[in-house]
Amino acid sequence: MSAEAHGATLVAEQFDDFEQQKHADTFGMWIFLATEVLFFGGLFCGYSLYRNLYFEAFTAGSHLLKIEYGAFYTLLLICSSLTMALGVRASMLRRPTSLTVYLILTWIMGAAFVYIKLRYEWYGDYLEGLVPGLNFAPHGESLEIINRFHATLPHVGLFFIFYFCMTGVHALHMVVGVGLLTTLLIFTRQGKVTGGNYNWVEIVGLYWHFVDIVWIFLFPLLYLIGGRY
Amino acid sequence: MSEHVHPKRFYVAVFVALVVLTLVTTTVAFVDLGRLNTVVALVIAVCKATLVVLFFMHLKDQTGLTRVVLIAAVIWLAVLIGITMSDVFTRHWVPSNGSWQASAVMQSQP
Amino acid sequence: MSTVALETTPTLPEVHYLNADYGWRSWLFTTDHKRIAWLYLISITFMFAIGGLSATLMRLNLIEPSGLLFEPASYNKLFTAHGLVMIFFFLTQSIPTVLGNFLIPIMIGARDVAFPKLNLLSWYIYVLGATIFVLSLLTGGVDTGWTLYTPLSTTYANTNVLSATVGIFIAGFSSILTGLNFIVTIHKMRAPGMTWFRLPLFIWSMYATSVIFVLAMPVIAITLALIALERVWHVGIFDPGLGGDPILFQHLFWFFGHPEVYILILPSMGVISELVAAGCRKRIFGYSFVAFSSVSIAAISFMVWGHHMFLTGQSVYAGLVFSALSFAVAIPSAVKIFNWTATMHKGSVSYDAPMLYAIGFIGLFTIGGLTGLFLASMGTDVHLHDTYFVVAHFHYVMVGGAIMGYLGGLHLWWPKMTGRLYPEAWARFACLLVFVGFNLTFGPQFILGYVGMPRRYAVYPAEFQVLNVLSSAGASILAVGYVIPLIYFIWSALKGPIAGPNPWGAKGLEWTIASPPPTHNFERTPIVTEEAYAYGPEEAHVG
Repeated sequence: MSAEAHGATLVAEQFDDFEQQKHADTFGMWIFLATEVLFFGGLFCGYSLYRNLYFEAFTAGSHLLKIEYGAFYTLLLICSSLTMALGVRASMLRRPTSLTVYLILTWIMGAAFVYIKLRYEWYGDYLEGLVPGLNFAPHGESLEIINRFHATLPHVGLFFIFYFCMTGVHALHMVVGVGLLTTLLIFTRQGKVTGGNYNWVEIVGLYWHFVDIVWIFLFPLLYLIGGRY
Repeated sequence: MSEHVHPKRFYVAVFVALVVLTLVTTTVAFVDLGRLNTVVALVIAVCKATLVVLFFMHLKDQTGLTRVVLIAAVIWLAVLIGITMSDVFTRHWVPSNGSWQASAVMQSQP
Repeated sequence: MSTVALETTPTLPEVHYLNADYGWRSWLFTTDHKRIAWLYLISITFMFAIGGLSATLMRLNLIEPSGLLFEPASYNKLFTAHGLVMIFFFLTQSIPTVLGNFLIPIMIGARDVAFPKLNLLSWYIYVLGATIFVLSLLTGGVDTGWTLYTPLSTTYANTNVLSATVGIFIAGFSSILTGLNFIVTIHKMRAPGMTWFRLPLFIWSMYATSVIFVLAMPVIAITLALIALERVWHVGIFDPGLGGDPILFQHLFWFFGHPEVYILILPSMGVISELVAAGCRKRIFGYSFVAFSSVSIAAISFMVWGHHMFLTGQSVYAGLVFSALSFAVAIPSAVKIFNWTATMHKGSVSYDAPMLYAIGFIGLFTIGGLTGLFLASMGTDVHLHDTYFVVAHFHYVMVGGAIMGYLGGLHLWWPKMTGRLYPEAWARFACLLVFVGFNLTFGPQFILGYVGMPRRYAVYPAEFQVLNVLSSAGASILAVGYVIPLIYFIWSALKGPIAGPNPWGAKGLEWTIASPPPTHNFERTPIVTEEAYAYGPEEAHVG
């Protein structure tokens, strides 16, 4: 790979060379992702405990969620991971146009995820009286489902607390991810990430894939409890 | 040491595998397998996560040190959840009749 | 290890990291790890004053059995403030951000940490968290105890739980980023020839501490976030009324809480290794054992948290496992004590302040560690839990251990950081005051706990008064012991005698560069060829 006119590789002064900087940046992001595993992990721990204690309530709660949303989000995020990975590849190959296209596509999918979740799914849950702390009072068809599984109402409330907490924290991370993508788009415009120093794109990519992986686990754990038969 | 750049179709292949697994896990949820439903769902989730980690996140191309970071995080999470659950599961264990624990309990009661 | 007589009197280097640039902007926007260490030093000393003030008020109150100054509601706020400030805003930062920041790059032969701007950001995050927390104290404080147990903290407390948890939550991220920075630095930025087993043991300890930072602090972060959610929207993950389990909170809290106390002691143990090696002019006995003990302490510390929960209704069987593992985690700590003592044997032991603090540590930490075993064994813990025995135990390890290490390290490296010597006679005197005052404060508390005085009580039965008064008297001596170094350190930074590059004649990369060091530490990247603490026989008899 020959040097191009976009700009020389920037090596910070505490590093000896670009290789060391790239390894340090990537290693640092992996360690940060390890902290995120433990951060979400606290929620997964509480979830495990209560799912075991109140399986009927968790099953009922899961049935009150719309599986179409869950599956759609999963496919959307997997798609965004593809475009992100292709974006990283584009920056490694020093192709600013391709990189911009992939970053924008990823950005759109990430923003769509958050928008659809808040505007449609969560708002729908609110209308059905399923938001603990605000208006938790399931009625009509929701109440029928709860009774069908012989679940107790407060325990179903507990399920929904976890549902909103876990997907909420996840959504916050998506918003941060969209912010990081915005920064990358600006850097691409300024020619800062296609001159050979693709490490920033790569570490944002690592973050994005991690947030995708969290959702890969949230989908079955929240939407598929007890099956739909 | 420059990085090996994978061809586009490599990433698309991983993408297709992930989509297929998503469709499988959603479809299986509509089939009654009893306890196995949860197991299958989690196994598929782990497979999908592994695909993302190895190929999208390039862990396959990384040094052992980076893999240790991820493995350590997962192990520590397992310790948190595992030991907490071990408390929950064993809280209500009652000593079996005739054991020394049972007689100790008997003796301590008035 | 008195000052080595030199041919010429030492002089300050013309340009060093302190005078390389002037003005408040050069300090508040610095990315130099050494300046960031000073930023932290000033901030945490301020927080220590707040924590110390609350302790002073507590001990004053406990002079009288009926409580001299405070109603229980106010007293509750005092011990909560004391615990939260000392743990989250002083001890967690003390050695890692001051001595760690200053020394880690130098000790491994690097120009700076891996992510200098992130390092500065860590400090700003800490200041933000501390400011929010102090504001929460000034506007009413918290009264739940530092452990914030539910449902008191989430439902019933009418104090500033929300703002306090927000402050701690933010400050926690400062620590996570610092730990991340140190891990990457130690892995990726070592000078050529600086293999893992040539590293100073301080680096091994800091590495182990950083791993705990990275794995434990995120869990307290999410736990605090859940408390905040409960306070704001009354969504009760731990609310028994909804079927929630308050013990879940305790599991999540102590999964962080126990490794946290090892965050507090491991750096100090690393400092002690350096103090003992320099103070005995001898390689630490069993270097690899001490190195591996740091790593094993970090690992096992994550599996013992239930020993804080023996009396909560936790499963007795889980308790048995926690108890056994708690005994196991004492072993690597004991290994260190044995190795330091063995190092002193036939070493050329000096009695300068750094070494005095190290000797104090070895004795006091041993007492603290042994009394921990009383608490680790379930049978005795039934009687001692939530009594002053626990308070005495953890102060022996946190003050007699961690703070002695911090003070000893400050004394050892003060000449490196400032280029000047502190007054040795005053330092020895202050060390003696700290040692006497500390034992007088916390020794009686073991007895108080044994005879049944509960912790976190503003009042107590009249027959306990003598011991309480002794403890309060000790606290006043301890306070003087802390104030004296504050005065002479400031004096010496401005007017102390010039130290020169290596006033102790010690081994280690930090002693090969000027005092104070240049901004980039090394003129040329050092090539390391010798083992750590490579004191030859001829050096063992200097001084």
